[in-house]
Amino acid sequence: MPATGKAEGRPARPTLAVWKFASCDGCQLTLLNCEDELAGVAASVQVANFPEASREVIAGPYDLSLVEGSITTPGDAERIRHVREASRFLVTIGACATSGGIQALRNFRDVDDFLSIVYARPDYIDTLRTSTPIADHVLVDFELRGCPIDRRQLLEVINAFLHGRKPGIPGHSVCLECKRAGITCVMVAHGTPCLGPVTQAGCGAICPSCTRGCYGCFGPAETPNTAALSAWWRELGVSRPDVTRAFRTFNANSGPFRKEAEANEGP
Amino acid sequence: MRDHNGDRGGSIHVGALARVEGEGGLEVVVRDGKITDARLDIYEPPRFFEALLRGRRHTEVPDITSRICGICPIAYQMSACQAIEDACGTVIPAPIPAPILDLRRLIYCGEWIESHALHIYLLHAPDFLGYESGLHMAQDRPDLLQRGLQLKKAGNRLMEVVGGRAVHPVNVRVGGFYRAPDRRDLDGVRAGLDQARQLALETVVWVAGFSFPDFDHDYQFVSLRHPTDYPITAGRVVSNRGLDIGVREYDQHFTELHVPHSTAPHSLLHGDGTYLVGPMARYSLNSGQLPATVMAAASAAGLGATCTNPFRSIIVRAIETLYACEEAIRLIDAYEPPEPGWVEVTPRDGIGYGATEAPRGTLYHRYQINADGTVAAATIIPPTSQNQRVIESDMRAFVEDRLDLPHDRLTWECEQAVRSYDPCISCATHFLDLRVQRA
Repeated sequence: MPATGKAEGRPARPTLAVWKFASCDGCQLTLLNCEDELAGVAASVQVANFPEASREVIAGPYDLSLVEGSITTPGDAERIRHVREASRFLVTIGACATSGGIQALRNFRDVDDFLSIVYARPDYIDTLRTSTPIADHVLVDFELRGCPIDRRQLLEVINAFLHGRKPGIPGHSVCLECKRAGITCVMVAHGTPCLGPVTQAGCGAICPSCTRGCYGCFGPAETPNTAALSAWWRELGVSRPDVTRAFRTFNANSGPFRKEAEANEGP
Repeated sequence: MRDHNGDRGGSIHVGALARVEGEGGLEVVVRDGKITDARLDIYEPPRFFEALLRGRRHTEVPDITSRICGICPIAYQMSACQAIEDACGTVIPAPIPAPILDLRRLIYCGEWIESHALHIYLLHAPDFLGYESGLHMAQDRPDLLQRGLQLKKAGNRLMEVVGGRAVHPVNVRVGGFYRAPDRRDLDGVRAGLDQARQLALETVVWVAGFSFPDFDHDYQFVSLRHPTDYPITAGRVVSNRGLDIGVREYDQHFTELHVPHSTAPHSLLHGDGTYLVGPMARYSLNSGQLPATVMAAASAAGLGATCTNPFRSIIVRAIETLYACEEAIRLIDAYEPPEPGWVEVTPRDGIGYGATEAPRGTLYHRYQINADGTVAAATIIPPTSQNQRVIESDMRAFVEDRLDLPHDRLTWECEQAVRSYDPCISCATHFLDLRVQRA
């Protein structure tokens, strides 16, 4: 494909690359799920390297890299360094890339047991003992949370990048957007355990809108009081092992959730 | 970074397959004009779902297994719910009520529409028209990409209304749904589905006009079969060679084999070895269950009662998309909100089995549940692991007939061929060989 841009003195469109590490593909799919906006995105950036969508690969460096997935193999620990070197601005997308994802549950167990449970021939598999976020390996310019990320938030990040400003992604809890949506509090009204008070907003409070407690897929909000929430859950009759399970899901490896899960472990 | 496509003497090496879900490559070894090996290399890092499920609550399984695949999360949630309900004895004597089963079928239709539209327009059709991607195609024909995206959107919107969001829906639970949608919610997506049905029909006509290489095979097809419906959420496991078993008998007939070049174990059918799951198998085994309107479109598109050429599977996907639109409309029109949206599923010590038709083929789950509701063991067999062997043997035949092509051309044609099977490598990379565990 010929280099685009530069026509009529306009600067070239910035180049976009999308990278995948250990993940489910759901976060990069979210970009393709912007059905009404995809043409606009493609007009604003040059899609230079996005294997799930195109076989064409334009050589780097890239202006904006979106990175999905966590680091779980020695090869990927090396590959992310090359991605960083090839990227001017690197944004991690989703719980795997920002916290290690559900596969970080291995961090709390013996990975050799995991290997022998899943694979007949563990010797064929090359894996690290941990699943870690991208920021543990290279400098990350912005982290977009969620399992999966929210489509509107992704568009905001791309838009902010195009205009050279900081993305307007709030760090407050799900409770604020739940209240704003006029949803009845599931914990106060129904005694349903909910992680909303300690979880970052962004999903649109979809679980409470289904009368279900938030399960924390956007990870910890800023300054979360997890101990107070655990105490409340205990009053609602939730056992300590179940509190640990609740904090130990898709963002199990992120600091406040990891600590709260550990605090409820053991005797 | 893995751009190591290139001439390596006697081998054709497609380093990193583009436009598939997940990470894999293809290696074909040629010696003296003969293919000596064809391997689908899967280097997607393992994520150990079957291991990390152990010790989790039975109620957590649908949300956790959903994360295996962002493209077909409903398939994972539905097979998981079915297996856990089976383990807990919910199916008999207290079955899941019909309105809940219908709602499950409805959200599954949304996933078929979304996933098939993605594959047709963004992953596969560009090959037939000589474009590197759907975005390249849109530079010449923006209307085509727009049609695909609008179709896809109708599926995603249905998933959002029933499931809360399109990727990893939150409203599905063991026993049913946290909140059954109101009639009004569904009326809101009805108009979009009417339009989608028209777009799907146009899609059938469009893809039927593509050029297809002669590449028919005598496949062993495996899919679910249901007494009254085209199979989506339930059925017996059948083949075109006489297999007809209940889901609970699955393990007695299928086995998994771990090979060095793949983090996804290969699945084999006892006695007959390789087999194919997915739209071609589903259609060929169940086309008689499709409504007359859909079969008329299939017939006009040149499909008979079966399809044995993987390149033509794009037509089958379009036909299934049309069917999913019609079925979703039928289910919405007949919808009465189940009250409540779920039935209580009380755990007990047991083993349960579940199988549903993911867009890419049969997805099998088995769980052993402890009396306290924790998971003792899990087995998940996704469609792509079942298709790996067929893909490899097909690629061997495909390349053998095309060794005279220029390298770049052959590479692209190999990619197109592999994409015909819609391999979802993210899905395929986490399994458990319980035979070994038991040994």
